Amino acid sequence: MELTGAEIVCESLLKEGADVVFGLPGGAVLPLYGALSTYPAIRHILVRHEQAAAMAADGYSRATGKVGVCVATSGPGATNLVTGIAAAQMDSVAMVAITGQVPRPAIGSDAFQETDVTGVTLPITKHNMLVMDVKDVAQSIHDAFHIARTGRPGVVLVDIPRDVLLGEKTEFVWPTETKLPGYRVPGKAPEAQVAAAAELINQAQKPLIMSGHGVLISHAYGLMTELAEKAQIPVITTLLGISAIPTDHELNIGMSGMHGMAYTNLAIDESDLIIGLGMRFDDRVTGRISAFAPNAKFIHVDIDASEVDKNIKATVGMVGDLKAVLGQLLPKVEANIHIDWRRRIDQLKAEHPSHIIRESDELLPQYVVQRLTEVTQGRGIVVTGVGMHQMWAAQHCKFTEPNTFITSGGLGTMGFEVPAALGAQVGRPDTTVWSVCGDGGFQMTMCDIATAVECHADVKFAILNNNSLGLVHQLQELFFEKDYVASEYSANPDFVKIAEAYGIRGIRVTKKEEVVDAVQQAMETAGPVIVDFIVKEDEGLFPFIPSGQSVKEMLEEPVPKEIA
Amino acid sequence: MTQANQTEQHTLVALVEDKPGVLTKVASMFRRRGFNIASLAVGNSEQPGLSRMTFVVNGDEYTVGQVVKQLDKLIEVIEVADITSERIVSRELALLKVKTTPMNRGEIIQIVNLFRANIIDVGSDSMVIEITGEEDKINALHNLLAAFGIIEMLRTGLVAMVRGQANGTANGHDGQANGQS
Repeated sequence: MELTGAEIVCESLLKEGADVVFGLPGGAVLPLYGALSTYPAIRHILVRHEQAAAMAADGYSRATGKVGVCVATSGPGATNLVTGIAAAQMDSVAMVAITGQVPRPAIGSDAFQETDVTGVTLPITKHNMLVMDVKDVAQSIHDAFHIARTGRPGVVLVDIPRDVLLGEKTEFVWPTETKLPGYRVPGKAPEAQVAAAAELINQAQKPLIMSGHGVLISHAYGLMTELAEKAQIPVITTLLGISAIPTDHELNIGMSGMHGMAYTNLAIDESDLIIGLGMRFDDRVTGRISAFAPNAKFIHVDIDASEVDKNIKATVGMVGDLKAVLGQLLPKVEANIHIDWRRRIDQLKAEHPSHIIRESDELLPQYVVQRLTEVTQGRGIVVTGVGMHQMWAAQHCKFTEPNTFITSGGLGTMGFEVPAALGAQVGRPDTTVWSVCGDGGFQMTMCDIATAVECHADVKFAILNNNSLGLVHQLQELFFEKDYVASEYSANPDFVKIAEAYGIRGIRVTKKEEVVDAVQQAMETAGPVIVDFIVKEDEGLFPFIPSGQSVKEMLEEPVPKEIA
Repeated sequence: MTQANQTEQHTLVALVEDKPGVLTKVASMFRRRGFNIASLAVGNSEQPGLSRMTFVVNGDEYTVGQVVKQLDKLIEVIEVADITSERIVSRELALLKVKTTPMNRGEIIQIVNLFRANIIDVGSDSMVIEITGEEDKINALHNLLAAFGIIEMLRTGLVAMVRGQANGTANGHDGQANGQS
């Protein structure tokens, strides 16, 4: 059957199992939309801003494990995707972005809405391609999905000129294999390395597992937990690794790093073996690298060879798929109880109870998160943007199922919380998604509340409204002599009226005793709800290891009083 | 990760797909990661559709290890190897335009002959010299001719190959031999 390029794109999307795309049309990509209308099996979700298309595809991908797809037109459409693409790429999210380009004869002429999009996205994609022949469309889409979802997942952008989408027709032949001679996906690790790693684990007195996003991506959480339980090794989750092991699991000692639990960071300081699984020892995790885990040897497993020995020199570094490598490792690891080490960590936890929220009559943002997670019982999905609200969610939310915490980690993208929550909910329609928002980030992308309404998406937006760019405010307080320039808002909108304007329910909460009721009401209301929590404005975020410092310089909260 | 390792000159060879944008991707990766290319030479390989790139990179073992891994990560890079410690042959070509006078022309010709270089253009007050060899040889000629005044110099960058049958160098998946010295 002879098809146009646009029809081949649609056929290829279906072959790849992509039945949802997020996008916004424009001139150059319009032929693709023309074809989409004849492919009802592909659900197109019209966003209000292309940034939301990329971030929704990101949330969709993280929530489902499938490849997220976003579509934009040439020029400004494509450049609006850029922040979302960079965020997804930094967090190893499988995404394919399809952009329309000006017709081939116009390329390079600075035509209307022409941008060199493959040039722009070159350093922020896993791969990108400009498809200059309709005969290459099917192969390109096939290769794009393969690259996006395998190995260390990432973003692949496929730029297709308008006349390739709409010009001559060609026979649609679905390729039987990829055409990527330079692309190899690691599997198992060499046995000698596995044996060396097992030896280190069996000898360690104070081992810790640091479980990263890779554990979730490769569905290795079961094996990771098995390893932890077999040798009784406490588990730290990185920000993106949260939810790989239930919050209440006795071996889970929470998140470490800049705003991690004090006892977790102190445990790292004493540990003699760090087992880094699918994580990359990023600077927010390590602080000053020379002072990080000074007594520890390192086992590092990652599917991306360039991550091994990049930030930390591994005693045993293994390149491979975590599920395969943990499968090799588990039988070689001896059962252990590490009773002294676990007691020591309990002691640290008792001496540095940074997970406990202090008593206060004011509405503390941490308190809101804690009550919220009690009501949801750790079920459903939590999505955040970046900032204080994100860290409070990471510190205090409970999780019971893998892959239920979605946050912009690597790029730290404000505004992620609105479209990513929408995308996650579209991908998991049976699940309630709580978007924990900052008032700053929410206003960056709140135009796409409209999209959530149109999709009847069961997303509850919990704005921790401190009327400021809170994290910036805290940095100014601590390091810029309280020079609060450009971090306080003087005219935030009324978010309850915003909700009403979009035809959805808005609830304002100003008192502690209203929190649980508001959360319950939001849960009982179908579709999107905005809950505006007016929280204490200058509440600090602790613990805090300032950038480039070590656990020795960690700022803990003033000694807290326990609350019920 | 910072290490106090010694900075050394490394020679890397990569086999890459001959497609538009590949050179940009390679160059962009070097720029973004803050790696320094001392020289880069690109040309066809023995396999149709594939090019071979020779990089000279200055850095310690850690940095060069990262360069190799980051290059390998690029989809269009089929193979890459650091061949510095292999038995290799390497060559570079340079063109040097030197100021001449009737008085010193003879001396310059003598130097050129000593180096087995070629004079490929002679003008009334300048000549163009072509030299092929390892980097040190070209540097040595350059140093000697500098005294006469160098108007222009152009160097191709190093190309390098492992001696003998294919081993260790990037030569594709078909195991084809890579030429010899």
